Amino acid sequence: MFVLALDWPMVLEKTILISVVIAVSLLIAMYETYAERKVAAFMQDRRGPNRAGPFGLFQPLADGLKLFMKEEIIPNSSNKLLFIAGPGLAMLTAMMTSAVIPWGGTFHLFGRSISLQIADINIGILYIFAVVSLGVYGIMIGGWASNNKFSLIASIRGASQMISYELAMGLSLIALLMLTGSLRLSVIVEQQMQGGWYVLYQPLGFLIFIICAFAECNRTPFDLPEAENELNFGYHQEYSSMKLGFYLFAEYINMFISSAVMATLYFGGYDIPFVNEASLSPNLAGILGVAALLFKIGFFIFVFMWVRWTIPRFRYDQLMRLGWKKMIPLALVNMLVTAVIVLLKQNNWHF
Amino acid sequence: MQALTNKAKLVDRRPMTMVERIYLWNILKGMLITLRHLFKRKATISYPEQTRTFSPVFRGLHVLNRDEEGRERCTACGLCALACPAEAITMEAAERQKGEEHLYREEKYAAKYEINMLRCIFCGLCEDACPKDAIYLSETFAPSNYSREGFIYTKNELLIPDLKTEPEKLAQAKGN
Repeated sequence: MFVLALDWPMVLEKTILISVVIAVSLLIAMYETYAERKVAAFMQDRRGPNRAGPFGLFQPLADGLKLFMKEEIIPNSSNKLLFIAGPGLAMLTAMMTSAVIPWGGTFHLFGRSISLQIADINIGILYIFAVVSLGVYGIMIGGWASNNKFSLIASIRGASQMISYELAMGLSLIALLMLTGSLRLSVIVEQQMQGGWYVLYQPLGFLIFIICAFAECNRTPFDLPEAENELNFGYHQEYSSMKLGFYLFAEYINMFISSAVMATLYFGGYDIPFVNEASLSPNLAGILGVAALLFKIGFFIFVFMWVRWTIPRFRYDQLMRLGWKKMIPLALVNMLVTAVIVLLKQNNWHF
Repeated sequence: MQALTNKAKLVDRRPMTMVERIYLWNILKGMLITLRHLFKRKATISYPEQTRTFSPVFRGLHVLNRDEEGRERCTACGLCALACPAEAITMEAAERQKGEEHLYREEKYAAKYEINMLRCIFCGLCEDACPKDAIYLSETFAPSNYSREGFIYTKNELLIPDLKTEPEKLAQAKGN
């Protein structure tokens, strides 16, 4: 029997892991909306949502319920299939990236070693890039299918912005990959556990990466696709009810995932700083590692919000100038310098 | 022109320095400001539970007062309606009958007394005009309402509860 030759426990284990990761990212996205409102309120000397449940903790549930109860409007002149496909695609691409991120070390349960990574593929970073660049389709299709000029302009802005900043992001990552020599995310994390975090070797690369991550997630100061005050509401102007909710949700999941990617690539992933994981029991180390990763992700999410409530939006020409004339040359210089140093090191510091 | 305050600042039109053009340093400074605000005392108060106290001269919702024996003071002279710049007050007078002396202090009283709170500008001229100290402006304001009719306050809403017959209602009204 060929079917039985499958490693059934592994299938079960991966299924459970996938469900948990999806549930956790949805839950985190939900509470990101709450955190965003709280952070915004606190930075503006307000209190934020505090009526629904203790400290307003049920606010995301109430918001979700509200979105579900609202009238579903599909404009007559829209392309119905694409109009519905847009938010679904945005959500799908936002969720897909989480497949290659190592959420923690290896657990030993029931005589099996279970890795907390859904797919440990050897092209991990490439896969992330492929999926992230698909994310622009959600925006583009949504904006185009609405048959509204503001939506269309906003989605074109969004598309060109994402493409521009993906270049610089990719270039900054090439410098990182020269150091790691591998695209496999689990290997990158292992290397950081042995040596130091890559942010120490690639500070400029990290700076470029985080700026581009802001642009990729359409967060302030790069939230031109949304641009409430110029383009009404940007690409999701015609959307209502849960379809709008999907777009907003996808943005928050994107934020969560890009925080996870930053933590994994530059801040040691599930590495606990100043602790030798080998000295702990493997399961305890695994749990603490997951906690450490979640803490790092939480910090980056806070930075995302912190920046959003501090600085205003760029003008479009400023955005493009920053992307093409500042970020890309900087990333290129960073790449060249890294390459020279890597070569010198291989040559035992001889020219 | 002489400046009224010393707060006016000349616009700085010097070209940006290198640090300013890099922009990141200034963003960092801005982020420190917002971080400091994160821990500041919040300006908001939780409204229905907490309320700010009005100043003692606040002119709010009207009350029709009673005297020490619980009798209505208003004698329906119409001076408040005359003084009212917004023409918000109407009243109808009636003569006090025998046996009603415990209800009305004067021989003439207001059978109907209405204030339209949508017209009222809360200037307090009615309070000044009243020769009998019958109308006062309290320290509460008119609550919201669904219809315009709801804003026409009659004697039911305006008359202060009687200390003798309804002491708990009076305490409630004062507690506001």
